[in-house]
Amino acid sequence: MHSTSDNILSAVRIEKGFPGTKALDKVDFQLRRGEVHALLGENGAGKSTLIKCLTGAYRRDSGSILLDGVEVDPRDTFDAQRLGIGTVYQEVNLLPNLTVAENLFLGRQPRRFGMIDTRAMNRMARELLAEYELDLDVTGDLASYSVAIQQVVAIARAVDLSGKVLILDEPTASLDAHEVAMLFRIVRRLKARGLGIIFITHFLEQVYEISDRITVLRNGQLVGTRETADLDRRDLITMMIGRELADEIHTHHASAGEGRLRYRFRNYGRRGHIEPFDLDVRAGEVVGIAGLLGSGRTETAEVLFGAHRADSGTAEIDGRAVDLPSPRAAIRRKFGFCPEDRKTAGIVGDLSVRENIVLALQARRGWTRPISRTEQNRLADHYIRALDIRTADREKPIKLLSGGNQQKAILARWLATEPEFLILDEPTRGIDVGAHAEIVKLIESLRERGLSLIVISSEIEELVAYSTRVVVLRDRAHVAELDGERITAHNIVEAIAAANEGGRRDGDR
Amino acid sequence: MTATVRTYLRRLLPQLIALAVIVIAISMVFPGFLSLQIQNGRLYGSLIDILNRGAPVVLLAIGMTVVIATKGIDLSVGAVMAICGAVAASLITSGHSLAETLLATLVVGILCGVWNGLLVAILDIQPIIATLVLMVAGRGIAQLVTEGAILTFNHPGLIFIGSGSFAGLPMPVVIWLIFGVLVALLVRQTALGMLIEAIGVNRQASTLSGVLTPVLLIAAYVLSGLCAAIAGIIAAADIRGADANNAGLWLELDAILAVVVGGTSLLGGRFSIAASVLGAIIIQAINTGILLSGFPPEFNLIIKAAIIVFILVLQSPRFRTAFTFVRLPRATGKPTEREAK
Amino acid sequence: MKQKYLPLTATILIFVLSYALCVMQFPNMLSTRVIGNLLTDNAFLGIAAVGMTFVILSGGIDLSVGAVIAFTGVFLAVVLEQGGLHPLVAFALALAITTAFGALMGAIIHYLEMPAFIVTLAGMFLARGMAFVLSIDSVPIKHPFYATLKGFYYKLPGGGRITLIGGLMLLVFAVGIMIAHRTRFGTNVYALGGGAATAQLMGVPVARTTIGIYALSGLLAGLSGIVFSLYTSAGYSLAAVGVELDAITAVVIGGTLLTGGSGFVAGTLVGILIQGLIQTYITFDGTLSSWWTKILIGLLLFAFILLQKGIIRLSRVERQHA
Repeated sequence: MHSTSDNILSAVRIEKGFPGTKALDKVDFQLRRGEVHALLGENGAGKSTLIKCLTGAYRRDSGSILLDGVEVDPRDTFDAQRLGIGTVYQEVNLLPNLTVAENLFLGRQPRRFGMIDTRAMNRMARELLAEYELDLDVTGDLASYSVAIQQVVAIARAVDLSGKVLILDEPTASLDAHEVAMLFRIVRRLKARGLGIIFITHFLEQVYEISDRITVLRNGQLVGTRETADLDRRDLITMMIGRELADEIHTHHASAGEGRLRYRFRNYGRRGHIEPFDLDVRAGEVVGIAGLLGSGRTETAEVLFGAHRADSGTAEIDGRAVDLPSPRAAIRRKFGFCPEDRKTAGIVGDLSVRENIVLALQARRGWTRPISRTEQNRLADHYIRALDIRTADREKPIKLLSGGNQQKAILARWLATEPEFLILDEPTRGIDVGAHAEIVKLIESLRERGLSLIVISSEIEELVAYSTRVVVLRDRAHVAELDGERITAHNIVEAIAAANEGGRRDGDR
Repeated sequence: MTATVRTYLRRLLPQLIALAVIVIAISMVFPGFLSLQIQNGRLYGSLIDILNRGAPVVLLAIGMTVVIATKGIDLSVGAVMAICGAVAASLITSGHSLAETLLATLVVGILCGVWNGLLVAILDIQPIIATLVLMVAGRGIAQLVTEGAILTFNHPGLIFIGSGSFAGLPMPVVIWLIFGVLVALLVRQTALGMLIEAIGVNRQASTLSGVLTPVLLIAAYVLSGLCAAIAGIIAAADIRGADANNAGLWLELDAILAVVVGGTSLLGGRFSIAASVLGAIIIQAINTGILLSGFPPEFNLIIKAAIIVFILVLQSPRFRTAFTFVRLPRATGKPTEREAK
Repeated sequence: MKQKYLPLTATILIFVLSYALCVMQFPNMLSTRVIGNLLTDNAFLGIAAVGMTFVILSGGIDLSVGAVIAFTGVFLAVVLEQGGLHPLVAFALALAITTAFGALMGAIIHYLEMPAFIVTLAGMFLARGMAFVLSIDSVPIKHPFYATLKGFYYKLPGGGRITLIGGLMLLVFAVGIMIAHRTRFGTNVYALGGGAATAQLMGVPVARTTIGIYALSGLLAGLSGIVFSLYTSAGYSLAAVGVELDAITAVVIGGTLLTGGSGFVAGTLVGILIQGLIQTYITFDGTLSSWWTKILIGLLLFAFILLQKGIIRLSRVERQHA
């Protein structure tokens, strides 16, 4: 796959690091003229970072970018656009409060006598959109149109401004089937015009429907680039989330499943978030949750914890019905939750490591019963030592710690409340290898101490290593459950792949 | 314990130094500035005067500090002062007892705070907009209470609050000292302070950790309303009347300035009530200094502007990064990938 | 009807209805004289509010407006009383100063990344302080040119007059509407209000636009100061206290979203007229007290904030089900 004249865009050995992590490690990427190239990988695999390096939103640390065989160095997204690389994001990067026409021509509105010629602008907008089979009132605010139409407008603007490479970053995430079909018609048309199109998505069906080639990233490294036609679904999923499927048998904790049944969720769900599901969790059990991005993993965690209130079903703890309308209620029942987005939902950045560790316990005790400073220090020191949180001292603001240590501190926040039911959403994402191993070990030891854990992870080996049971999710529903010896990387991949084929192969297993 | 005292002092050091510099500067020009006399068992002197004159802003700054710590702001405190002054004056003139008057006035201040808090915490309206409503309507309400007139009174008990003295100190000083210590103890001896800071830094993470966010937000605005009520009573007692038009006029801005001078970030989080009190006193010391120096008092405003610009530059993210060696990645694009909703 | 016209429509409806109610009670209020006075009395506020509309549309706020008006008034009075400058030259000087002042605040807001609220608060203190430094007392302006300017008016049928300053306000509104909707600058202002980060990604020159917005607000505050000095024939450093608040209120009652991005300059005119109408009604009534103005305006403010909150929530729900 060496650079040929066919390639409209080549990225060579791109490197990008952030404090504590290597987001991209010598990644190569080639895009041909007139192809749709799917860029795949789980959260944190480096897709976004690669795109941002290509469009100049980030400065890469090293590596080169060739556009039409010429080395380019876009300073920012605007510069990239001028060079010919346009990007359309999932959250439409247009202005909802401006009209469609204004969005299309912002900064280059046609003028007469110094005034914007609104009539000409609207006419040009209609003409431009006609190429996309779109006939709409271009004087309407963008916000008054569906996301699908907004996407098309964004594509029209990007193509009109750049014209060589179009990057589509999860454009279909919130579209229905009909809208996806419309979008794909447009993508095929642009492809026929010779554009190179990079397509990022987590819907594998769409990858197979539209893409010519697939590049998979994982943990900031290139796993490989393949022709779509030659890559079957199972191999693709293996590339994305499993290393080598050595069919390692799930041997440890044979005693699992013998613990007392403690948590019983029946028909539990929330409209628009996660389909109603049944879930039982025993004491001393780790229930792993597997599924691709957008399958409803995080939504499951949020509903269980009351971060979003369930609107159907019942919850029972030790046979007694309970109501979990809010995190506070869940915490009172000895629940704990480490969210996926550590920075916006986990750490309280300006506060010290100590305060972050005691926060949940203090919140549960209420403000009138402060934890004494001595006790706070004891708790903080205890967990800093027990979890090996690397910090100069307990008074350091947590935002100055590395990702792995922040994650450990948030785990400590929950451990300090002596939880009985702990939900961990991607606890090992974006942290270094050492901290990773320690967190996996911690999960094991918590299980041995009799806690019930729910762990969401996009690392299949990891799930296999510590889960006593694995629930597989697809399209915001729980679709399969594996236990005992059936927990193998192979089976999990099969279940996700089967699920991804609309359940057709469910019976094959 | 000594370690705590040391960190406490370190936090207040810039304000203490600033205050010391100002006081020394003034006393070099006016040797009499530092002198204190005792007459009739009461202290007199320019320093006492500063503490006394600064009382309303000190009180407002106490409440404002807590509101700003939650990442909020309360523009209505000046208007609430006017309302409460009017309520106090009208109740006392209509023959209610001092206790009834004070109690009812404080309740009115609390209700104003509840109103602001509900708009911010429950209706989720931006604080600056939510409190603007009461800022605009408040003076009208105050005038409604006083029926447009300057309502004067001569109840000795109420007047005592403005101009009496206790233990050698003017009553307003005694009041803000006691109130300030009480609030500081309340937030620091309970967990309130930490929980409020947590909300101000990251509301979502705090809620997920089980912090009762809406209640604490409302409580912050209630405290601010209560502070404004006390300040309103003092201001009214001082002039022995309620002036709905001018009581507390623009004091919300002085209070915000005091908080800023005290080093609490307008973006919420870490706060220090003592530092804000010092900030308010610094502002008052400058006022007094200019007055004494014979400069027209008009220069006050220019100096206030200069202080704001100075602090702004110090706090500005650009300025800080220029002086830090840590280079943070500057994302101009989207934030990190998130699980598709 | 398009949703963005809803608050504006509500504003116009409220104005028409309340005017009709007023006329039903006091038929005299339906006269060109009242309308002429409404324009003249609110001219300075209206001009300042046009600038405020741009600032708020961009998602900012300008607290310095009232102080700049006072400064301009005192500046004119002092310059005209002491120097032998022609008023027109003094006007040009005043406008140059206030525009530069606004631009400076815009630059600080943008380059130091500080909240507009606190920067313009400093600007308010500074402008008011400079006014005090120029003169503490109210300085009368006796220049004959002022009398000449005040003599200009357009006589309406029915005895009403569109004075020079009333007409100037209408002109400023007309120009403001043109700038908002027919220039790239205007679109950029809306773009900033819609989301500064996105606007930047789409190539909006954020620095230039931000500075331009506050410069425009400074210019119009200066012009408002000139109008105010014509209106009162004096310069007084304690004048126009709180005008920024009235201007903000007019903008919000005029249907502009306080968080920026949505609204119309024309709406602000109606917002000004509603405020003026309430005052006129209270004057006509004679028994009602002036404080009801503030309470009513506060209530209107609250109602519009709720209305806009509701619209935002509604459109969010709609989009989820789209």
